[in-house]
Amino acid sequence: MATLSPSSFTKNFNSSIDFPITSFQTFAIFGPKLKTEQTHFRLSTSFKTGSPLELKAMKEPPGLTQKLDKNRLDRLAESENGCDLFEDLKHRFLRFKKHKFEENLGHFQNLAEGQAPKFMIIACADSRVCPSVILGFQPGEAFMVRNVANLVPPFESGPSETNAALEFAVNSLKVENILVIGHSRCGGIRALMSMQDEVDSSSFIRSWVIVGKNARLNTKSAASHLGFDQQCRHCEKESVDHSLLNLLTYPWIEQKVAKGELSVHGGYYDFVDCTFEKWTLDYKGSNFGKNSRLPVKNRFYWC
Amino acid sequence: MGSLEEAIEGLKKFLSDKDDAAVAKIKKLITGLQERDPNEFDPVKRILEGFQHFKINKFDKHPKLYDKLAEGQWPKFLVFACSDSRVCPSHILDFQPGEAFMVRNIANMVPAFDKLKYSGVGAAIEYAVSVLEVQNILVIGHSRCGGIKRLMTHPEDNSAPFDFIDEWVKIGLPAKVKVQAEFGDLPLEDQCKHCEKQSVKLSLCNLETYPYVQMGLANKKLRLMGGYYDFVHGKFELLEFEPHFHHLFST
Repeated sequence: MATLSPSSFTKNFNSSIDFPITSFQTFAIFGPKLKTEQTHFRLSTSFKTGSPLELKAMKEPPGLTQKLDKNRLDRLAESENGCDLFEDLKHRFLRFKKHKFEENLGHFQNLAEGQAPKFMIIACADSRVCPSVILGFQPGEAFMVRNVANLVPPFESGPSETNAALEFAVNSLKVENILVIGHSRCGGIRALMSMQDEVDSSSFIRSWVIVGKNARLNTKSAASHLGFDQQCRHCEKESVDHSLLNLLTYPWIEQKVAKGELSVHGGYYDFVDCTFEKWTLDYKGSNFGKNSRLPVKNRFYWC
Repeated sequence: MGSLEEAIEGLKKFLSDKDDAAVAKIKKLITGLQERDPNEFDPVKRILEGFQHFKINKFDKHPKLYDKLAEGQWPKFLVFACSDSRVCPSHILDFQPGEAFMVRNIANMVPAFDKLKYSGVGAAIEYAVSVLEVQNILVIGHSRCGGIKRLMTHPEDNSAPFDFIDEWVKIGLPAKVKVQAEFGDLPLEDQCKHCEKQSVKLSLCNLETYPYVQMGLANKKLRLMGGYYDFVHGKFELLEFEPHFHHLFST
């Protein structure tokens, strides 16, 4: 099977007048046997990586049964050569290929023809809360959007990356469930709760988290007697509810929910205690105003 | 959570209760469970089973790691990947909790710096680079990307517009133009593959327009990388982006 070779990939780029990039280090991984080709290789002696990926030494990758070689991992942790970072990524992919891809080849071949996920997930970009890890979603199961503080802007805010993904998932993939997952100690929610009233237009973080302003308002009125950390926790959950309400501002989402073709759920992952709460929007055709409480059903708490 | 049968048997034990209202409710629950198609997909069950598996096999087995992560995160990567259900980097590159701050959007796109638009992406870059101080940004494209296909085929195919998708994938227009100029004689599938890779390069260039990324690159505290996951053939390519600064003059 013809594969784009690294040298031609680099050459295409170098001949371009559109992009000012002038060099690539390219590592291509072909098949189950390791084969690397290095073009335009340059060691940058002034560049130092930090201690790479030390958490890896403490963790088994998902789906594997063999133990990682501790000695090899210690050497990785000690090395400051930037190339070890590439080597590590390469080995991770090859392990995935060997233990998941090739062992489930028929399934992956089917997936290559098309995806039919039953879930759309909206989760935070936080490194600790990937839904593939905490809820075990396997390839093909969940179409996933991850942004700061797992926010869903309302329909009237206009086009954005989040609602482009909603449009694709609901109207094209026709997912049956949307799950918005909030989490504990969310930096984005903390930024929202910490904001002064005047908006600092130079900060993207502030411009984005303002999407959650109604959640902040509700929290301030309902939980002002609590300490700041507890207020943030309250807002983390309040914000999920407001995102669910914002989902219903999209006409094509509300129509499907009303017909029972689409279910909308909220979730909250607490990584301090390792608990998960889940609730489902109870849609009965009522008029969901901006300030109305969210009617829910099937609330579960798992610990 | 036990099987359907176990749940029904468990409920039957309460039928001897003297409270008529409770008995009626339990009978209704049992009927509901008995009428259920065991093959019907139950999203709640799916979520619960996934979470239980994580808690038992990962969280409870590594208390020190998760205690540390509860206090904070120090990811070394900011990753941009597509929302496609088949390409989660936690699977293909085995990212563990704490390793990668991860943005997922249609066609893994990074728009150029714009104070008025795309604050979602801007917020993620600002947070990852300025607050978390990640050392690496990795943009991962993939095969058979629906977003890239939409970019390459619309509006030329006269299909009905998608209000939000079309506005979003327009970010990739420079990649489309370049691919059509160089590979316009190839079949659509090949052009899409070229565009999937060209779009990654475009996103890397766009990353460079963010002030905090520029500073990180200038101080050599940040590396930019592009990846391409081909799930048809089971392959992965990785490139490093090295912008150059040429000293022009001093006075």
